[in-house]
Amino acid sequence: MSAKVPDQISFEPERYELGAAPVYRFDLDRRDFFKFLGAGLLVVSVLGHAEAQESGGGRSRGDSLPKEINAWLHIGDDGKVTVYTGKVEMGQNIRTSLTQAVAEELHVPIHQIELVMGDTQLTPFDMGTFGSRTTPTMNLQLRKVAASARDLLIGLAAAQWHADPDHLIAADAKVTDPQSKRSVDYAALLKGQQLTQAIPAEDPLIPAANWQVAGRSVHKVDGRDFVTGKHRYPSDQKLPDMLHGKVLRPPSFGATLLSVDTQKAEQMGAVVVRDGNFVGVAAPTAALASSAVAAIQAEWKSEPQPSSKDLFDYLRSDATQGKDPSGDGDSFEVGSVDKALAGSDHRLQQTYTVSYIAHVPLEPRAALAKWDGDRLTVWTGTQRPFGVRGQLAEAFRIPEEKVRVLMPDTGSGYGGKHTGETAIEAARLARAAKRPVKVVWTREEEFTWAYFRPAGVIDVKSGVLADGTITAWEFHNYNSGSAGIRTYYEIPNQRIIFHETKSPLRQGSYRALAATANHFARESHMDELARALKLDPLEFRLRNLKNERLRAVFQAGARQFGWGASKSSPGQGFGMGGGYEKLGNIATFAEVNVDRKSGEVRVVRVVSAFECGAIVNPDNLRNQIEGSNIQGLGGALFEAIEFENGRILNGKLSRYRVPRFSDVPVLDTVLLDRKDLPSVGAGECPMIGVAPAIANAIFDATGQRLRSLPMVPNGLKAS
Amino acid sequence: MAVIHLSINGHPYAVDADPQSSLLTVLRDHLDLTGSKYGCGEGQCGACTVLVDGKAQRSCITRVATVGEKKIITIEGIAAGDQLHPVQQAFLDEEAMQCAYCTSGMIMSAVSLLTVNRHPTRDEIVDFMEGNICRCGTYPRIVTAIQKAASLMAESQAGKGAGQ
Repeated sequence: MSAKVPDQISFEPERYELGAAPVYRFDLDRRDFFKFLGAGLLVVSVLGHAEAQESGGGRSRGDSLPKEINAWLHIGDDGKVTVYTGKVEMGQNIRTSLTQAVAEELHVPIHQIELVMGDTQLTPFDMGTFGSRTTPTMNLQLRKVAASARDLLIGLAAAQWHADPDHLIAADAKVTDPQSKRSVDYAALLKGQQLTQAIPAEDPLIPAANWQVAGRSVHKVDGRDFVTGKHRYPSDQKLPDMLHGKVLRPPSFGATLLSVDTQKAEQMGAVVVRDGNFVGVAAPTAALASSAVAAIQAEWKSEPQPSSKDLFDYLRSDATQGKDPSGDGDSFEVGSVDKALAGSDHRLQQTYTVSYIAHVPLEPRAALAKWDGDRLTVWTGTQRPFGVRGQLAEAFRIPEEKVRVLMPDTGSGYGGKHTGETAIEAARLARAAKRPVKVVWTREEEFTWAYFRPAGVIDVKSGVLADGTITAWEFHNYNSGSAGIRTYYEIPNQRIIFHETKSPLRQGSYRALAATANHFARESHMDELARALKLDPLEFRLRNLKNERLRAVFQAGARQFGWGASKSSPGQGFGMGGGYEKLGNIATFAEVNVDRKSGEVRVVRVVSAFECGAIVNPDNLRNQIEGSNIQGLGGALFEAIEFENGRILNGKLSRYRVPRFSDVPVLDTVLLDRKDLPSVGAGECPMIGVAPAIANAIFDATGQRLRSLPMVPNGLKAS
Repeated sequence: MAVIHLSINGHPYAVDADPQSSLLTVLRDHLDLTGSKYGCGEGQCGACTVLVDGKAQRSCITRVATVGEKKIITIEGIAAGDQLHPVQQAFLDEEAMQCAYCTSGMIMSAVSLLTVNRHPTRDEIVDFMEGNICRCGTYPRIVTAIQKAASLMAESQAGKGAGQ
């Protein structure tokens, strides 16, 4: 009757995801909970078996709760369900999908459930919302919590009625006895109660095949607030007496402040703060804050900095050697690549590069900070509220307990909002002004003073036999990262190394991160090998691929795309790319049209075949895949940060091109619903096939092989 | 600072603001109408779009002093009480959003389009909406939502006609 619970998937945050955050251990007292939440039932999700044992498992009658809690659910004696999770919402729609999971297991209508997310005072510690972790972890844990609450409620009803709990049914926030036709709602069962339950990981769950609410396309739970403009994003937050803050920026990266004259700014009525290299002002209006900053006379000392034209040489020459293969996964070696290369029929060596790109979240970084004595509260848009709390505690040398970070659902992140720059700036100014201060970055600041997706250089060397069997694979990635660096093709001899380098720009996480670069290099190289051997690229991949889930998406995508059809015009080209990332499987097929005269490249059609286990919300999943394709298209074709001697040259939307309506191809999505497999995330994986599919299609159309992302920032030059 | 008289969502306002301020700043900071968003400050992304005398305009590059007596409609002003505007309803129905930060601007641009072209083709929609950015990439859904809104509005017009 119960679905098999998958083993906890081990998770290590990948390179560039983290910059801070020691694990915080909660001290919880059940009496505090009920004082805050009111009477009812509290179910907490406990990480790991040992801690649950420690607490005695089952229903807790003591006053302390286990410490390693990552979510909890409260059902009030008014029937209201409140779920607390440290995950945050920024457009990936987890507020809805997590609500669905709870509704499914608890048998409560969606509108009775409220999710409290990303508030360091109210929600349990969470490392952050990144790495496509919410669906495989938090979704599962909330389902368990909700299932446990449901069973407890059934137990209460059974005890009241002296009935067998196995004969009772939970539905629509009620427990019903079908035989006697008795029925009692959850609220009545919990009247005046203060029950707690800590649940370990083994409770039975409803199998995906029997899902009623999960697995369906439920609309965004608070969608109405967004189409009416009512929702308050971080940059919309406001407090009485609030000032607007603005920070003085250096003329280039790495510049140090020699001297500063802030007299004029002060005369304008602004609060001015100088603290080391930090100079900022706070004023009653944003306009006055901007004029005050402009009135500051500052002298900076700049150091020579690298420029984008020298980027790839710079990355290569500043590389450290790969670490020991037994180390942290940065290096992998099997068989003998050198011998296999010597014994192969055909060898290929190529270099691929990717540029720095910007996240361009449409809402730039924003924070509102307020001090009450030595206690600090900050509302800010971040993917890591607990990480930002740590950064604030460190910056102001105060204990984390004195800092509260709240994250109102924010205007996107894509991996770009892991850090707390505006939170620290607003808090520093608020401390000096003794009033709340809001800092909202301009688009230029967001382009310049945030961080970028790492640029990278990838060298690939391969050997194949005449029949299309790959025998040797050597892969060196300089700087862009090791996500997706390993090959899923069956190759007996491999040497795969990630090389750390000095980065000329501040770099960090990004949606799909290094998996985009690594798949671009690998899947382009696969196409090059297939072409060299005059083999069909699909057949060549399948010949070297055993992974059934990946084979399935390649085959499903090829069917939908009509792979193998002949071209209808000379500028037309077809290509594919795919892979495995964040536990999901994607195959992407692209059709391009190249105007040989003008050099214009149009992506006409993209077919994505995607499999991420049991599907939680099909429409939202399609939405994520469509979005990944469109965002991926920007990085594939034209997005790149240009910089020179410590300055960003194109840090404005009029100079940095992002995909717009007219760039969008026909998008056709094939979903493979594997109800027998655990649900995993989908916000990142679908992106990785886009660039190689387009690159391979451009080659198919023109015979030109493009090995650098972005491929055609200024159109395709005639060869 | 000067007192500026504005008509927003059918209400008269007297705002004490710098005439050089952008309309967006006045809406957001002075009147707390935060549905219109800042995205770029150079009229490139459309998140700040409002209607000025029925036409879509980027409020971030519109100086408030130039607005005068013109009628401004913001995202807060297009629903009729609890009854959403057909474009708002269509965005909800088609799930034409992810983070939704662009949504107000998209909806206001779409309303503007549908007043001058009641049955736009896909190409006409793409052409008109080109100045609005959705970084999450929900463009195909937005196009569908606008087409759906056009049908909703046509139906309601037909309904009204039949009732007369």
